[in-house]
Amino acid sequence: MAFVAPQVLGVIVLGVIPFIFVVWYSFNEWRPLTGQMEFIGLDNYSRLAADPTFSASIVASLLFSAGVLILNLVIAISLAVLLNRRLKGITAFRTIFFSPVVVSVVAWSVTWGFLLAPDGGLNGALELLGIDGPNWLADPSTALISLVVVQVFKGVGMNMVLFLAALQSVPEEIREAAQLDGASPWRSFWSITVPMIAPTILLTGILTTIGSLEVFAPVQLLTGGGPGNTTNVLPFFLYRTAFISQQFGYASAIGVVLFAIILALTMLQWSTRRKWVHDEV
Amino acid sequence: MRATRSRVAAITLTGVLAVSLTACAAGGESGESGPVDLTMALWSSNEDHLALLTQIGDAYVAEHGDEVASITFEPVTNPDYVAGLTTQIAGGDVPDLAWIPEASGPEFVDSGILHNVGDTLETTEGYALDDILPAALAPWQDEAGGVYAYPFSNSPFALYVNKDLLAAAGQPDVTALVGTPDYTWHTVTDIAAATAGATGSVGLNIPTFNPTNWSAVTMLGNAWGAAPWSADGKTCEFSSPEMIDYLTWYQEQMTRGAIPPVSGNAAPAAFASGDVAFSVAQLSQSGSLDDTFEWSFLPLPAGPEGYHPIVGQAGVSVLERSAHTEQAAGFLAYLTNPENAELLAQFFPPPRESLLNVEVLSQAAPKLSPEEIQSAIIDVVPEATVKPQNAVLSQFTDAVRAGLDPVWSGGDVETAVTGICEQISPILEG
Repeated sequence: MAFVAPQVLGVIVLGVIPFIFVVWYSFNEWRPLTGQMEFIGLDNYSRLAADPTFSASIVASLLFSAGVLILNLVIAISLAVLLNRRLKGITAFRTIFFSPVVVSVVAWSVTWGFLLAPDGGLNGALELLGIDGPNWLADPSTALISLVVVQVFKGVGMNMVLFLAALQSVPEEIREAAQLDGASPWRSFWSITVPMIAPTILLTGILTTIGSLEVFAPVQLLTGGGPGNTTNVLPFFLYRTAFISQQFGYASAIGVVLFAIILALTMLQWSTRRKWVHDEV
Repeated sequence: MRATRSRVAAITLTGVLAVSLTACAAGGESGESGPVDLTMALWSSNEDHLALLTQIGDAYVAEHGDEVASITFEPVTNPDYVAGLTTQIAGGDVPDLAWIPEASGPEFVDSGILHNVGDTLETTEGYALDDILPAALAPWQDEAGGVYAYPFSNSPFALYVNKDLLAAAGQPDVTALVGTPDYTWHTVTDIAAATAGATGSVGLNIPTFNPTNWSAVTMLGNAWGAAPWSADGKTCEFSSPEMIDYLTWYQEQMTRGAIPPVSGNAAPAAFASGDVAFSVAQLSQSGSLDDTFEWSFLPLPAGPEGYHPIVGQAGVSVLERSAHTEQAAGFLAYLTNPENAELLAQFFPPPRESLLNVEVLSQAAPKLSPEEIQSAIIDVVPEATVKPQNAVLSQFTDAVRAGLDPVWSGGDVETAVTGICEQISPILEG
């Protein structure tokens, strides 16, 4: 008890108590400037249900999260397979792919802002190929996918390392046995490697989903939630509602809904584990 | 034994929580007597600004040591100042005085958070409240005549011109057009487009503009007779023919390269880089310019509906929730009296008529010529209107931001502004 007490205390003071307050605030209309708080029951939630910006924000969050989850896991597994070889200089490549993880998210986002500007690096490269690039961050058809790419390349190195560790724990003799039985490398990957690293896929899937639903800094720095509401993801909508619109109670209701969405998706992923994670019973 | 340990841990935990919550609940109360400590929240963290304010504060404490023991000036470091100040206030840490940007002025006045300092200012000997320009003070007054802030910075928007860049592009010097019927936005954007095309530079920038700060663009529409809402703030006028004309013109300038495209949430290139032909900005930007290129500071050009100068403001107020409103109001009267207003004019264009002269304003902008100060500041401030303000601005600013995004990317203007009015009208009408 004494050993875990500081951690428990930290979770209670910094996590549980603030969350209880947020739930309570969501039932109130709180005017921060005057300090007035009035209990209004479920009004904030019924207002959310009718708010088109909130609906757009849910769509933006789910699309962003799905894009990040799929792209991140596919790239991370691919990189891990490529880098799981005993080649000269492979450590340097592993370091290069991991390095964005340790870069400040602000510096990362600002750099991508320059790359994605109308006359930025990406469009400059496309111009060399004779392609007239779009205004990536201001075009409704490219803004969200641009943010997905920024977020994926920022975090893919971490998942890559986790997959690399998982791949290195797959017994080589099983793959060799499959090979002797005539299995192709692709079949061996799908039938042996993927099931063996399934616990890591579950873990990274859950963590990546949670991280993507909490994204804020790249949105604040790159798109400001626009164009329109295409990148107005829930944490950004929550921030603007609380601190720019000064509607703390309404923003708390958004926070509670965001929590419920993250919890539901996490539970959904967790509940499916018995079907595809081989060491779960 | 184990049960005893658990009980001790539980009691300790409960005690810590109780102490924490008690400490939270205790904030904001004041039962002290004698001289008080005042704090003032600032937008600026500029060392020179802080040094001047501290100098004035120290002088006040020396004269009024029986009322005020100390005055602390605290920059709010949140990138969004109002968000930072609001959070601070919501957390119970209420400063006694605060710097209030003009966009939030009516909202702060209407919410009742600002203390009426009218009586204090009127009765302070030598204060000369009637020296403050009526147009500058109006946004900080209520219908009953109460005064809720002193607009210590009353800074006109003007047009910076990179004369070297225009010369390199073979374009005429617009400085010579000022005061003539040819000094219009159409002329300026023609030159901006030609300069951008010839040199690869930026034509016309509005440095304070990014999509979340849409008011920087819409304010210039007043030269088209356009306003985002009615004078009483209750009726949406984004969809007025004048605003549609203005935004359509603005969109055309983006299409032909006179105005750069919006790039996400990024601020446009700085005029100080030397790579921008024209820039709409306030006086303070002159401080960041040096002699690496020749530039001018001109009044805003005229639009189809003539010439409509605009000022941006910042006020300093006493917060009603301060525990020391009377002492804070006393310091406000001292901080903004004619003598200290002249000192503040080193950095902030004053709202006092008696200080609107070349000698005083040369302190604020030593790099401007007397002619520039006269034509772009002194001649325009008395007739200027303050940037669009609304008492419920914070509630609809994001809806307008989202609604205007299609305009910046070439969408149909009328559809965009009609959608904006549909969304914000219920909020404006209350």
